[in-house]
Amino acid sequence: MMGKEIKRIYYIARKDLKAYYLKPPLISWGLMLPIVFILAFYFRNPAGIEEVTPGLVGLTILFSATSMAAIVITFEKRTEALERLLLAPVSLGTILLGKTLGSALFGLLMGFVSMILVVLFFGLKISHPVSLVLALILSSVAFALMGILVSVGVREIFEAMTMSNVFRFPMVFLCGVFFPVTAMPLILQVIGFCLPLTYSVDALRQSLLSSGGLLPRYLDLLILAGFT
Amino acid sequence: MAEVIRAEGLSKKYGELVAVDGVSFSVHEGEAFGYLGPNGAGKTTTIRMLVGLTRPTSGEALVNGHSILSDPVRAKESLGVVPESSNLYGELTAWENLVYMAQLYGLPKKEWASSAEELLREFGLAERKDSRFQGFSRGMKRRLTIAAALVHRPRLLFLDEPTTGLDVMSARGLRQVIRKLKENRVTIFLTTHLIQEADELCDRVAIIVKGKIRVIDTAENLRNQVRETEVLEIKPQFLPDSLPKELELLPGVEKATLIEDKIHLLGQSVHQAIPQIVNHLSEKKIQILSIKTLTPTLEDAFVKLTGVEAEVMRVDKPQKMGGVG
Repeated sequence: MMGKEIKRIYYIARKDLKAYYLKPPLISWGLMLPIVFILAFYFRNPAGIEEVTPGLVGLTILFSATSMAAIVITFEKRTEALERLLLAPVSLGTILLGKTLGSALFGLLMGFVSMILVVLFFGLKISHPVSLVLALILSSVAFALMGILVSVGVREIFEAMTMSNVFRFPMVFLCGVFFPVTAMPLILQVIGFCLPLTYSVDALRQSLLSSGGLLPRYLDLLILAGFT
Repeated sequence: MAEVIRAEGLSKKYGELVAVDGVSFSVHEGEAFGYLGPNGAGKTTTIRMLVGLTRPTSGEALVNGHSILSDPVRAKESLGVVPESSNLYGELTAWENLVYMAQLYGLPKKEWASSAEELLREFGLAERKDSRFQGFSRGMKRRLTIAAALVHRPRLLFLDEPTTGLDVMSARGLRQVIRKLKENRVTIFLTTHLIQEADELCDRVAIIVKGKIRVIDTAENLRNQVRETEVLEIKPQFLPDSLPKELELLPGVEKATLIEDKIHLLGQSVHQAIPQIVNHLSEKKIQILSIKTLTPTLEDAFVKLTGVEAEVMRVDKPQKMGGVG
């Protein structure tokens, strides 16, 4: 019974990846943005590239995983195709896990590819590969779930985009992407520590550079797992 | 005969609005059961409750012996649903859609291809197997949606307004498909607002109006109920709105309904009222263009049994805008 459900989770995710995610425009757009940003930062300050990479990779995962989850579910709600899943002999948990897995895999792929490109191009050394992979995976799942949460409350695709941005844009500033969380006023620090991206970026930074951590990197990973 | 569907006191309320009001019925194995009513009568809500998409406010439904409330997965395994809108995945091809359904319904891997192939052939879509669903015509979409409901070869099929929005030829082809399923002893639960369609396809018909079932009987019996009733069709030169009500007051006339530019009078021996009717019309200075007696149709039965004007039933539901339509 368990095996049957896991298979179905996989089929649901595979269908989503095939139908929506792994389309050339989505992949190129998903990758284009972080690469352009990383290059822009590089040209401005070649020495500082190590500083911005973790944040930008974190953002890549955040934007790809949440928008995919939120948009795909809302889209299928509109076309009533989501009802096909509800009609099938599949439990609600299986459906949600399948959808999460699909978006998380997409986020993971985007984060992974942009990370690899940076590492190859700028010759960064990865100090903790295991926790780096763990950080990538956990971030993808946490952000995919965030997207799913958004999709529950909305009806239209534009609402899904707007709602996701309500969450995402503050995270760009509050989570240590471009400057450390500790450089902010206390009240904003408190908010920053409530957001999953903070831990994601912190874990990525330490795994990549083995420096400048807010928290021990395993604690970061644990908290990320807590968010999922 | 085994009972395939059993609904007991099913109700659905949306706030103050009662969409379905305590309906009870049972459908037997191999039967085609029609659920006939005007738009907004609660047909789709009933189907959604029976297949586990909508939770009833009260009541219970058993499908193939499984409660749709407490054991939805088992119940869903045993049935197929053709929803009102053709809602397969536009980005996937016909073939991929069917294989995906086979996966969701837990078919063993080796049967995916054979099942999809067989259905595509059966529904005349074999040449379009690699075309995307979104490029299909409305009739083809409908056919593939029915095929998708059959991948796991259910013995019970729900069809919600199967021919709505289709052109005459596609609708006819579709009725042919439904008849063939019936020959294979698949139990069918079909909603429609087309009296003709219910008459043609269904063994038994439930008439639902405003969320309540008015009558359940065979199409034959429903027609017989009005057989003793005579129908008198009058075509007057012009038709004041008040005329049906005035004529209903005459002795011998039970019901007067407008059908286009004619008026139908129903009654046990309505012909005996002809002198009074003619008198009444000439007093009103309305000239009679024609007058004749008719054999009652299921439409007349419907009007007599429900009091709902047959005109209401002829209005096709407006198609939803956008989406996959």
